[in-house]
Amino acid sequence: MTKKRALLAGAHFMNGDVACAEGAIAAGCRFFAGYPITPATEIAEHLSERMPEFGGIYIQMEDEIGSMAAVIGASYAGLKAMTATSGPGFSLMQENIGLAAMTETPCVIVDIMRGGPSTGQPTLPGQQDVMQAKWGSHGDYGIIALSPSSVQEMFNLTIEAFNLSETYRVPTLLMGDEIVGHMWEKVVIPPASEIETVNRKKPHVPPDKYAPFMPDDDLVPPMACFGEGYRFHATGLTHDEHGYPKTQSSEVQSKLVRRLCEKINKNEDRIVKVEEIMLEDADIAVISYGIVARSALSAVRKARETGIKAGLLRLITLWPFPEKRVKKLARKTKAIVVPEMNCGQMVREVERAAKETPVAFLSKLGEDPHRPKEILEVMRRSA
Amino acid sequence: MVQEVSHPFSSYLRSAMIPHIWCSGCGNGIVLNCFIHALEELQRDLDKLVVVSGIGCIGRTAGYANADSFHTTHGRAIAFATGVKLANPELEVVVISGDGDLFAIGGNHFIHAARRNIGVKVICANNFNYGMTGGQQGPTTPLEASTTTTPYGNIEHPFNLVHLAAAAGATYVARWTTLHVRRLTQSIKRMLQKEGFCFVEVISPCPEIFGRRNKMRTGLEMMEWFRRASSVENFSDPSKAEITSKRILVGEFVNVEKVSYERLLHEKIGQINEKKIVW
Amino acid sequence: MRIEIRFAGFGGQGIIKSGIIVAAAACIHGGKNAVQTQSYGPESRGGACKSEVVIAEEDIDFPKVVEPDVLIVMSQHAYNEYVDDVKSGGIIIMDPDMVPHEKNLKKVRVFRIPATKIADELGRRIVANIAMLGAFVAITNMVDEKSVIESIKANIPKGTEQLNLAAFEKGYEYGKTLLKS
Repeated sequence: MTKKRALLAGAHFMNGDVACAEGAIAAGCRFFAGYPITPATEIAEHLSERMPEFGGIYIQMEDEIGSMAAVIGASYAGLKAMTATSGPGFSLMQENIGLAAMTETPCVIVDIMRGGPSTGQPTLPGQQDVMQAKWGSHGDYGIIALSPSSVQEMFNLTIEAFNLSETYRVPTLLMGDEIVGHMWEKVVIPPASEIETVNRKKPHVPPDKYAPFMPDDDLVPPMACFGEGYRFHATGLTHDEHGYPKTQSSEVQSKLVRRLCEKINKNEDRIVKVEEIMLEDADIAVISYGIVARSALSAVRKARETGIKAGLLRLITLWPFPEKRVKKLARKTKAIVVPEMNCGQMVREVERAAKETPVAFLSKLGEDPHRPKEILEVMRRSA
Repeated sequence: MVQEVSHPFSSYLRSAMIPHIWCSGCGNGIVLNCFIHALEELQRDLDKLVVVSGIGCIGRTAGYANADSFHTTHGRAIAFATGVKLANPELEVVVISGDGDLFAIGGNHFIHAARRNIGVKVICANNFNYGMTGGQQGPTTPLEASTTTTPYGNIEHPFNLVHLAAAAGATYVARWTTLHVRRLTQSIKRMLQKEGFCFVEVISPCPEIFGRRNKMRTGLEMMEWFRRASSVENFSDPSKAEITSKRILVGEFVNVEKVSYERLLHEKIGQINEKKIVW
Repeated sequence: MRIEIRFAGFGGQGIIKSGIIVAAAACIHGGKNAVQTQSYGPESRGGACKSEVVIAEEDIDFPKVVEPDVLIVMSQHAYNEYVDDVKSGGIIIMDPDMVPHEKNLKKVRVFRIPATKIADELGRRIVANIAMLGAFVAITNMVDEKSVIESIKANIPKGTEQLNLAAFEKGYEYGKTLLKS
């Protein structure tokens, strides 16, 4: 009897955490290191069962600091690697997310956001970590962060996160929340042959010519892995193209750090994904992401029923911030409404891009996202 | 005409990274030297070796070894190495780092790696203080020692590293000083041939930073202390091996057989897939 | 048509599982769109617990329940907390042994199902939630009976099928009887 790896396909009813775990398997992830934390634990639990079926590694580390370090190690040893956590663990991971950014390590970090700060509200949702996603580790670096709004997107965007991290050699964040993590919904999984996966580009020179941090024209260096005979060095110190520390050189620091930012920012058009709904003739636009975007969509539909020309720009990519799309939208709308489950984070980016167009912010904290009628009310006042 | 003579071990070193950053009289070079000797004697394939280190003077060793190498964040070398070893168990993964890196900021990773018995080999250069940042007190600083942050003498009890490693479950535990180069080399060789988590502590002189505040201004004076205080005793009780100014017990403390985490894991993966007959 | 259903009780009663079974029945076995969300406290057992299901022919945007068409309630605390949210003309299905103190409600229909007793008679109190599900299906007809049975089978531990289906059947019959009376 032939043994078959049972990649799921077809329609399944599952929760967002499980969908994320299945997405990781489908993306080719074969290493998971993590630490239990509500509301992300189901990702670890599911992968502890599924990883071995695919010959992959699951390990529960002693903390989130170690989890992130092990993920970087596994990625350098050649596997697609990920971890999953929530706010308190995400804070602990920031140290080595910085190391992953500096050493250009492809890897995926899932943050199922809960209410913060500190231990906060473990079983309730939040969108309070979205600025931390960009600025969480010290120093300047480029990063990619995606925001799923449904269980289907927990699956799809996990694959997307792996593909982007492998393409750009950058830690990529999937910023879910307690609701999308625990919510059950239908997920349609295509046959494995129809799932597009991307692998990091390998060196195109022999070992004696290889410089591990020498970028191609796309600003991304090809990546050798441990044990392949390239005998290269990598460090969290500022380094030249060979990976050698250059801690006293302004020139090397400037060149390296600017490239780490630019390889993401200059590829904004290729990376950024948004969903535009009823925006063609919209006078008033809601800009929203994650679970709140579903409240916003409901509000926009209700607004249209009452004659308000409303539309929704749903940010699927949070970082790099879809600046061009927001600028374009701001030029043709009278007002923008930004509902978030925090005290005002992405709204700062929207305001910066919107310039003269008035932006109304609607904050919500605690159990539920904004009720559609709450967003509708603000739209009425802004229209 | 002057002929360029290359060092017999130059193929083990990443020449572009030399000269090293270490002070004269520092013991780190001896640690690197013994490590290279062990590799040479075992005829190890450098393409399959990964050297990992954390932050600190000895942490630069990763860069000097002509193998795949990674210089991690402070304290995280063992956690990083765990990921490497699990992802590719064929690689020989060696962590070379210092007492502060491995046992203060990285202490949690050390005890859990030892408990799991992951096949990572750890060499710790113990110089009793934080040398790179200028000589602050650390987890191995002896009682009453003077450092830049214990100007009135240290009142913290130091870790006895071999006891800690043995208690946490390491399959091989040894301690030597930089004076015991042949025994240290043999110990590293033995460690590299063993399965599971192994630990070698090397008492290493730091005359420029630690020694000069503690009446040992030169490397030689520090080595003189090691000579005077050390006694070789194999398989003695590690719990009684605290280091004092009068006594540095060296030798092998633990050498047991225990199946490694990566072997158990990969066996488990094999079993799961045997049992799973799908369609 | 958007239907909103809220299950509420305390942790350990299978409240969240009930929501998942109904949502999966409507979606996977019934061909509609459905989404289940939940809220629970830090306690694994005994804390307040809520499970919400939205079912619709069209895409579901807002996934939470605002004004439930049906409230299925298995504790006094949950009853007090949620009873006033129910839509005018909506349905409350409650276990009278778990909710000793009732309010005088006017604009809703109330069905009292002794689910915990039914489950006790079957020998396992843990299937009280499934007896409630049976009554829910019988009373509301919002989700197809066969789909729910399929969904129960897919979402319970192996070896407990007989017990769970018996509880479903008992609850269903009880619900039907109440409808006739």
